Amino acid sequence: MTNQRIQLTIDGRKIEASSGQSILAAAEDAGVYIPRLCWMKGLSPAGSCRVCTVRVNGRPQSACTQPVTPGMIVENDTEELRGLRRNLIDMLFVEGNHFCMFCEKSGNCELQALAYRFGITAPKYPFMFPQRELDATHPEVFIDRNRCILCSRCVRASGELDGKHAFGFVGRGPDKRLAVNAEGGLGDTEVAVDDEAVGACPTGSLLKKRVGFEVPVGARRFDHVTIGSDVEEGTAK
Amino acid sequence: MNALSQEAVTDICESFDSDRTRLLDILIAVQEQHGCVAGEAMDLVAAQLGVSRVEVEGVVSFYTFLYSEPRGKIVIRLCNDVIDRLKGADRVAAGLEEELGIRFGETTADGLFSLEYASCIGMSDQAPAAMVNDLVMPKLGPSTARRGIQVLKENGNADDLRKLLIRDYGDGNNAHDLVRSAVHNNLRQPGPVIFGKMTPGSALQRALAMSPVEVIREIKTARLRGRGGAGFPTGMKWEFTRAAGGDERYLICNADEGEPGTFKDRVILTERPDLLFEGMTVAGYAIGARRGIVYLRAEYAYLRQFLEHVLEERRRLGLLGENVCGRNCFDFDIRIQMGAGAYICGEETALITSMEGLRGEPKTRPPFPAQQGYLGKPTSVNNVETLCCAARILEMGSGWFSSMGTPAATGTKLLSVSGDIRRPGVYEVPFGIRLREVLEICGADEPFAVQVGGPSGRMVGERDFDRTICFDDLSTGGAIAVFGPDRNVPEIAGEYLKFFIHESCGYCTPCRVGNVLLKERLDRILAGNAEEADLEYLEELAQTVKTTSRCGLGQTSPHPVLSTLENFRGEYEKLLSEPTDGQLATFDIQAALGEAKSLTGRESVHFGAERES
Repeated sequence: MTNQRIQLTIDGRKIEASSGQSILAAAEDAGVYIPRLCWMKGLSPAGSCRVCTVRVNGRPQSACTQPVTPGMIVENDTEELRGLRRNLIDMLFVEGNHFCMFCEKSGNCELQALAYRFGITAPKYPFMFPQRELDATHPEVFIDRNRCILCSRCVRASGELDGKHAFGFVGRGPDKRLAVNAEGGLGDTEVAVDDEAVGACPTGSLLKKRVGFEVPVGARRFDHVTIGSDVEEGTAK
Repeated sequence: MNALSQEAVTDICESFDSDRTRLLDILIAVQEQHGCVAGEAMDLVAAQLGVSRVEVEGVVSFYTFLYSEPRGKIVIRLCNDVIDRLKGADRVAAGLEEELGIRFGETTADGLFSLEYASCIGMSDQAPAAMVNDLVMPKLGPSTARRGIQVLKENGNADDLRKLLIRDYGDGNNAHDLVRSAVHNNLRQPGPVIFGKMTPGSALQRALAMSPVEVIREIKTARLRGRGGAGFPTGMKWEFTRAAGGDERYLICNADEGEPGTFKDRVILTERPDLLFEGMTVAGYAIGARRGIVYLRAEYAYLRQFLEHVLEERRRLGLLGENVCGRNCFDFDIRIQMGAGAYICGEETALITSMEGLRGEPKTRPPFPAQQGYLGKPTSVNNVETLCCAARILEMGSGWFSSMGTPAATGTKLLSVSGDIRRPGVYEVPFGIRLREVLEICGADEPFAVQVGGPSGRMVGERDFDRTICFDDLSTGGAIAVFGPDRNVPEIAGEYLKFFIHESCGYCTPCRVGNVLLKERLDRILAGNAEEADLEYLEELAQTVKTTSRCGLGQTSPHPVLSTLENFRGEYEKLLSEPTDGQLATFDIQAALGEAKSLTGRESVHFGAERES
């Protein structure tokens, strides 16, 4: 990777970026928020949720995986792309069994926060009501697959940051689901409560036990600020 | 089923040097020995290869032909793609179920038989067809299927299925000692490029007389474009791969044609393997590769021994191996990599991922395979037919090749034509041929709707029959399915969606979820519970899936819906209902109340039956 500076355009605005950066990272540095779910700082990008889809010189691409090139013209905040992102977020809601009002992650959940940002109050697609397994075999962490959006953040964090490969995916297509590295449940893996993997979950699928509602609803991360506003205000860490 | 022993698993792993990238081969071998890859086997393989167990489980659960639970000694996989169904696969299915006393997805109590569906086994020209383990049984009827089961039951074991089931071998090399299959080629119109006479070595001799750069130039002069469907210029792909540098490069032949209704590669692999291997060797020379790999779909496992034999023969003739054709410093050999039943692996980056022993999910691009492909090395992935064309271009010259077809689409194209026609089979036609002419030569008496390019292509009607087969007009990897006037077009679109739902890898949201949602609404329309607004809903949803999906599968899976809505909207409109009494046509209150009514044993007070009239 070089530190060569290049110029590109996002939504008509000229920005500078380092060559080798992804569009998403370059935008972030310039104070432009590109909505995303499966992307997490410090992890290799997956490009699986597709929420960060932008148009690059007219062609749809995921901003988290596409490297910047000089003179590239990126469309991000357009009516079309907002509509596509709303539909993708909608799909993630109906694919699982989400119940925001009862969920411990409410207010800290990126999926919920994105829905609010996009003005989604109820999904337009029909719920699928899948049967999904809970795993409470670990003394300090539990998995509720009802809320899993298959973003692979825990999978990547466990492999890349914790060095444990405690999570993975099994099955294919609509049957794809989160699995753990054991014949039995999470309790049979090496996962520890402080693992990066546990904190990586953007929804309420991986939760720590016995700390629920320690921070009351109303005082949580997205209760009063819109997701992404920290990037737009230049205060993102 | 043999008891699983640690030594046996270790032996298998070691026979592949405990190489993690050969995980697929290892799992196939474990399953061959033990009937399935059970949890214990996953643990052993994981330990032996030094990977996590969940990675192994992820791979086992990804491929249709790998099982974590035991299956019957004889697994019958009935093809249920749309062509097989309209040729009577459902009746065959009923016959099989009745004869065996089990349903699809089940195994008989004695552990002898399992019944499963297969997405497409490449036999649409002789449908309905099934695989009995590796053995292909074409042209089944309910009675032949039942008779087959009776024969197998009487003999009670699976040792020589071929002897028990096959009476007559098919034509050409289907009757070869190493194939002995009942499959027929149905080669209706052989053309000069793929099916012209060839002498092994002739193209290679000419190529080796040139420099690799000159070989690439010859391919570029011939304007050869990839025959898989995307139509990328082959010469450019080779040039990029060669230019990527590095010490090692790979040439991969994509023999995983899985598009329902495609079977042209089956005929090439049966009748022209030498031409294919010659094309691979030429390509290997051009890009500077020492190794070529054929990724052969599991459904064509019956051809494997024969192909290995042809490779062996070519090694003997000095056409493969060290110093090919006596040429110093050009070593090239080919191995066959078996797939394990996953349509997505026909996508070039998923094919590479699969060959690396991973879940067959497409890779993020960039980097492209030409830069970083198999094992991170520059790789050219080419279609079977493309490589055959390349060999022929070297043998006969680029001028000869480009004199056929059109200026933008040179040469010939193999079409796999099936459906409501008199002569289903393979046709080698020049590019630029009108669809109408194709329909005439294959005996389509009353074509109503024609799916050009398989499920990922488009459905066209009469209005488009004068369009031409080429990259800039009706582009196709080769599958053409013809449907007569009594077929239900929205239902066919639904069948294609069902296929994509089954074959999606599930990596990205729009493809994993969106296709299921498309099917849900299409089913609602087919059930007569939809209104005009549902068609707009379908169109918008289809656009979302098409635009945001990560790979070609999701980018094309909405095509059957979009193109039938565009060309056959009337067929959908016929199925729509008018909203009555200000209620939604899409909502059936009585059906919604059904469960409550049966539990309480009475009608609803507010929505009782008497209020309906």
